[in-house]
Amino acid sequence: MSPSAADASASVGAIPIRITINGESHALQVEPWTTLLDLLRLHLDLTGTKKGCDHGQCGACTVLVDGKRINSCLTLAVMKDGSEVTTIEGLAQNGDLHPVQAAFVEYDAFQCGYCTPGQICSAVGLINEGHAQSREEIRELMSGNICRCGAYVNIVDAVEHAMAHRRQSPRNPEARS
Amino acid sequence: MLNAEHTQGAHVGAPRSRVDGRLKVTGAARYAAEFPADSLLHGVIVSSAVTRGKIKRIHTGDAKAQPGVVEVFTHENRPSTAWFDYKYRDETAPPGSPFRPLYDDEIQFSGQAIALVVAETFEAARAAAMLVRVEYTPADHATNLDLQLDEAYVPPKKRNGIKPPPKPRGDAEAAFAAAPVKLQNEYRVAIEHHNPMEPHATTVVWKGGGKLTIHDKTQGSQNSQSYVTNVFGLSADDVEVISPFVGGAFGSGLRPQHQLFLAVMAALQLERSVRVELTRDQTFTLGYRPCTIQQVSLAANRDGKLQSVMHNATAGTSRFEDYQEVVVNWSGLLYDSPNASFDYRLAKLDTYTPSDMRAPGATLGVFALEAAMDELSCELGMDPIELRLRNYADRDENDDKAFTSKELRACYRQGAERFGWSRRSSKPRSMREGRELIGMGMASGVWEAMMQKTAARATLTADGKLEIACATADIGTGTYTILAQIAADALGLPLERVSVKLGDSSLPKSPVEGGSWTAASAGSAVQAACDSVKQALLTAARGLEGSPLANVDLDRIVLRDGRAEVAAHSSAGLAIEDIMRGAGKQKLEAEESAAPSKTAMLTHVGYTHSAVFAEVRVDEELGVVRVTRIVNAVAAGKIINPKTARSQILGGVVMGIGMALEEETLVDHHLGRFMNHNLAEYHVPVNADIHDIDVLFVEEHDEMVSPIGVKGLGEIGIVGTAAAIANAIHHATGKRMRDLPITIDKIIGA
Amino acid sequence: MNRFSYVRAASAAEAVRELADPAARIIAGGTNLLDLMKYAVEKPTRLVDITHLPLATIEDAPGGGVRIGALVTNAALAYDDRIARDYPLLSSALLAGASPQLRNAATTGGNLLQRTRCYYFYDPATPCNKREPGSGCSAIGGLNRIHAILGASENCIATHPSDMCVALAALEAVIHVEGPDGARAIPMADFHRLPGDSPEIDTTLRQGELITSVELPPPAFGQNHTYLKLRDRLSYAFALVSVAVGLNIEGGTIKKARMALGGVAHKPWRKPEAEQALEGQAPTLENFGRAAELLLQGARGHGHNDFKIELARRAIGRALSQAAEARPQSQTDKRIR
Repeated sequence: MSPSAADASASVGAIPIRITINGESHALQVEPWTTLLDLLRLHLDLTGTKKGCDHGQCGACTVLVDGKRINSCLTLAVMKDGSEVTTIEGLAQNGDLHPVQAAFVEYDAFQCGYCTPGQICSAVGLINEGHAQSREEIRELMSGNICRCGAYVNIVDAVEHAMAHRRQSPRNPEARS
Repeated sequence: MLNAEHTQGAHVGAPRSRVDGRLKVTGAARYAAEFPADSLLHGVIVSSAVTRGKIKRIHTGDAKAQPGVVEVFTHENRPSTAWFDYKYRDETAPPGSPFRPLYDDEIQFSGQAIALVVAETFEAARAAAMLVRVEYTPADHATNLDLQLDEAYVPPKKRNGIKPPPKPRGDAEAAFAAAPVKLQNEYRVAIEHHNPMEPHATTVVWKGGGKLTIHDKTQGSQNSQSYVTNVFGLSADDVEVISPFVGGAFGSGLRPQHQLFLAVMAALQLERSVRVELTRDQTFTLGYRPCTIQQVSLAANRDGKLQSVMHNATAGTSRFEDYQEVVVNWSGLLYDSPNASFDYRLAKLDTYTPSDMRAPGATLGVFALEAAMDELSCELGMDPIELRLRNYADRDENDDKAFTSKELRACYRQGAERFGWSRRSSKPRSMREGRELIGMGMASGVWEAMMQKTAARATLTADGKLEIACATADIGTGTYTILAQIAADALGLPLERVSVKLGDSSLPKSPVEGGSWTAASAGSAVQAACDSVKQALLTAARGLEGSPLANVDLDRIVLRDGRAEVAAHSSAGLAIEDIMRGAGKQKLEAEESAAPSKTAMLTHVGYTHSAVFAEVRVDEELGVVRVTRIVNAVAAGKIINPKTARSQILGGVVMGIGMALEEETLVDHHLGRFMNHNLAEYHVPVNADIHDIDVLFVEEHDEMVSPIGVKGLGEIGIVGTAAAIANAIHHATGKRMRDLPITIDKIIGA
Repeated sequence: MNRFSYVRAASAAEAVRELADPAARIIAGGTNLLDLMKYAVEKPTRLVDITHLPLATIEDAPGGGVRIGALVTNAALAYDDRIARDYPLLSSALLAGASPQLRNAATTGGNLLQRTRCYYFYDPATPCNKREPGSGCSAIGGLNRIHAILGASENCIATHPSDMCVALAALEAVIHVEGPDGARAIPMADFHRLPGDSPEIDTTLRQGELITSVELPPPAFGQNHTYLKLRDRLSYAFALVSVAVGLNIEGGTIKKARMALGGVAHKPWRKPEAEQALEGQAPTLENFGRAAELLLQGARGHGHNDFKIELARRAIGRALSQAAEARPQSQTDKRIR
């Protein structure tokens, strides 16, 4: 955390919250107007979560809160007191890429990489939700994540592959949930 | 799997995954607004609410009084910067007087940056920016190109690097009048904004003593560096611009944008690190693809042979700069016509200056030409591919030069086969499934295969690792990966032993990344630098005492798997580490530059070509169009990495689908303001819009276009795509759409 | 975004008390309010967080209907087994809207209070009567491609952007609120209002009232329903025109018909005459056409949006066909059925 951010968190109006991010519990003082996205990027230096529009119109800021994908730009940090947040930084385990991350690399499902963390978190959320089976359903349920580089075909390939992989590997911890 | 032998030639041409992929999928890749700095200040821009006029008063007191606010910069208190226009002109600037943020009280366009609020936190700056109150003296403005056509003019000063329209050939008017089959139509494309996913941002790290490290969203770290040194009178030694990752740009990162100016200004004045990040709506105050109105006239004999081609275009530009791009020239080189004429004009509008956006000019001009060619094929009752083959140009008539290579015929043939063009019934409205009309359309694509002088450095270290360095950028194009592939092959190394450094102004000189020239230019420079290192390495190897390579001719030595070996005798050889140790070298380093061949270019010119095929399904009653299939066959010389190359074309096609059906910046001419300045109402394609896209690369050998035989792929994917879709919609519905984007209202209203 | 104070309401009563301050706003999903605050369209001085109130359940309502808590998210509602089975029209409309991420956050109550997507409303640099009463309407004579063709006034031609509300209108939902004067129920048809002389007011909620639940009457439409949405791209875009239809067909005769239009007016647009014209009739194209004419009676374009009148006419016909033939529009397969 940069010193200036720390100073600001302690200023008048700050509210104490406890929030678990990528398995680590944080006790923080947040100002009410700080979004979850800005908390991650500006105050915790977790810059993997991206700001593409700051208005819920692009999906680059997608994170998982209590297992569900949401736009972190349209969420106040103070309202997520007690929540568990998973960001792109929390998906790989012990240096091993999450199957969705690995599939994105394998299928070249990105170019500039800026929408990618949001796409990946969204895809993990989509797989958890279990409403998508076909490519058509993947396309529709990944439509909240804009990729201006136009990697959609490869994104669908990657998500489809990761879904199949998950079905085939019962030891995958997510598959049990 | 990467278990291939790491011999010379093992990587180039192979579908390698991106070498920077892991950084991008783990969130570890940092973009301009993500570099930390001690005591970082945050700047938020206040934008003009009016389009033209003057700032009567600007009240900053309330904003300054907010907790955490450090300073509010306006034209009234800005530090002084360079006086002359040329100091603000970057390497891609069009002729004119570049915009100077906070220069004076004059408003030149809606959304112009008029104040910068700087505070200890982003949130404090954002809250305070709401409290800056501005009184304006508005003046009349003009933003509607249709109303300025009478004032259109031929740009008196040409933009560097932009070819003016070619000279007329024959007598196009007379040939048009005399020809038996002809058409003359107007084509329009809406203003489009680049909308890369990463909004423009700059983080300036104040390092003390006037030294700055700048993280800028840019396609040219050295372009940003020289802009900063020129404008602020700094020494190049004191300013380093670093942008290893760029979250898309599509041309919007070519010119230094105003957040760079503002962040540097504030950092220098406050002697602190400062970050300025544009909001999404503020990115609509940067450049854009200009509103362009085109007229295309085609005339042919009954056998389809073109007799006359006339292509005129008028594009909007700002009051203060003459932005130019190549719009009409394509009609003079894609098809062979004895008579042709061209005209390209500009009209002044009260907007910010337009800018290069993916395949600037060609996207517009080739749309009009290829839509007109489709109309001509209908008039003639001839297959659209056949019409194109009958007018196939074997020579660039614009420049009277030969093509370095041109496999467009193969694109037509292979593309048509892959697409199933033979299943197309020629009559419009003749294919249907259920309620939907099915349409198949095609178009040609073309883009100049350019190369720019570029330098690169190769450093082989004693541990057998190779580092490549070049100032150019990878904006998602795959440059890191293809340069690693070229270098790995040159020195017979596994990819994992090659690292690539890009996007840093301190690295060997490169022009901006753009124009699809980077693979050919930086790739050739890397090849040259690696060849020099290889020479030095082999020379060292032969000179070692008892070297098994001592008496072997250089051309009989191969580098593979990190060893120098006698070809066909893999047992006789030395590991690179052993050579380095034996020769007492910590490193072998070479910096080389590569440039286009001046002699070849006297007689030849290089172009990339494509044939795009589109299938659409149209619910005519409700105006809903679905693009269900695209096949894009591309001839682009050597393909270094089929995986990333395919992605480049996919991306161009997706943007082309957006151009055809969705993208449109809406201007309220009464207010003089772009109104849909967000991603909810400026529609770019989403995942559900994109179905099957099939990319195929046609074999094309070209040893002239660049030393490594590469032509570049960044632009060609978008060129022709919109025309293929518009032509497919005509085939489906019988309705001709000459005004993009083709939205629901146009389908049901036509 | 301005600074504001924040309070977490422990009860609905506390939230209602907080709302006595006219500059306070309720926050739940936040997907529209924070969006508007960042554009400085909304500038509340106090936010009342109600996400901890026990209003996130879907329960039986007396009389065979269902009661949906105001805090049930759009995703939870759309995918709820009972809603998907008994009120598929509502599920479909929800899934036609926004994106999966937004649906995971946005709530039932918040969706009812969603504000217009008018370009000018969203841009404080421009005049807008809804945002700043008396400043004028820029959309009239300006860019109005996405604007209203029905029920507009000379002060405002904004539309209500919700998909969910269009289905709720066709389903004749009832909105339950609590306020300083106690609880009351507002029929969906009366919940949103037309702009008239006060376009800044979207609904008939009174000062200090909090939405607590939405009640649906017993299921009525079996398989004969559809939600047809037409927009500028195939997903993640607001409706140019949408149609919610529910029919009850017995022995080849329409016994009951409910229709609502989205994207065309300041509220989901219903016209009982149009529905009555279908009832007792056979589901024929001719009858559908007549119903469409009735539903669109008085429609007026403003230039760019003239096409919406014809588009809506065709969409109504198609939606009625879909419903009558029990071929509801898929929100995944983008082919219009």
